Amino acid sequence: MSQFMETFLALRDEKRFADIIAAVPYARLMGVACGEDENGELLFSLPFAERNVGNTTLPALHGGLIGGFLENAALLHLMWNRESLEAPKIVDFSLDYLRSGKATTLYAQCEITKQGKRVAHVLIEAWQEDRRKPVAVARAHFLLSTPS
Amino acid sequence: MTEQAPANEKLLATAGALFVSFPHCVTLGMQYLGSVGRKPTLKVDWRDDLVGNPASGVLHGGVITSIVDTCSAIAVIAHMTELETIATLDLRIDYLKAATPGKAIYCTAECYRLASQIAFTRAVCYHDSPDDPIAHGVATFMRDSNPKPMLAEGAA
Repeated sequence: MSQFMETFLALRDEKRFADIIAAVPYARLMGVACGEDENGELLFSLPFAERNVGNTTLPALHGGLIGGFLENAALLHLMWNRESLEAPKIVDFSLDYLRSGKATTLYAQCEITKQGKRVAHVLIEAWQEDRRKPVAVARAHFLLSTPS
Repeated sequence: MTEQAPANEKLLATAGALFVSFPHCVTLGMQYLGSVGRKPTLKVDWRDDLVGNPASGVLHGGVITSIVDTCSAIAVIAHMTELETIATLDLRIDYLKAATPGKAIYCTAECYRLASQIAFTRAVCYHDSPDDPIAHGVATFMRDSNPKPMLAEGAA
């Protein structure tokens, strides 16, 4: 098991959310936060930060940043909810942008649609003030085991 | 094959510089290296704060998403005579193989169809050659998504 996986599993058992984010450099750079909702499901949030803006005239969060935030949420959600010795590897990621990301907190939550022996499918949804008005929806495939 | 010239060379140069000047692109250290015909190339240098998996040192997939999105948008502008605000409608990335830690990532994109309302793009990310890609991205953009001009009047 890698040092990262050992660290992650130890932090997960203690629910040290901030330390989990801190262990992923790019998630820390984006300013991601995570915690649990009232149902005990992981909830990711991204407080607004000027450095995350794409189009400055609107202003709107950068589309690539929204993608990175969602992809990161999917990976951590998967690692949080399954037992594994290595971090899953992303195979593909598909993202539909439904509304522009405004200068306020962006939230994301994931659902593992299918977990096979080798591949997992994860759905991700992102919203801001109103969960019924998603900013983006995405799906990703992750490879769970790699042939040695 | 001769590359098709940009629809508006000055606009393409302006848009290339403008799009990498957006805060998130500056955060990533994104650089516009220029275009061959209507195909722009961007670069992001490897940096330890852009890593996604600290065990391997591989850059976070979000960096790929951002470079593909930005480069594809510039590729759309390469087909325009005047700047329009465009918005990404959807984006798909195939991660063909892991990026090599320590190496810069390049992205070259092209807009292969500019319809009246939608632009269709494809992009490859690579270290040394586009023939040896690490990721492939396909996207669609809405044209004229916002009436608010992105450039001052007469800038391009």
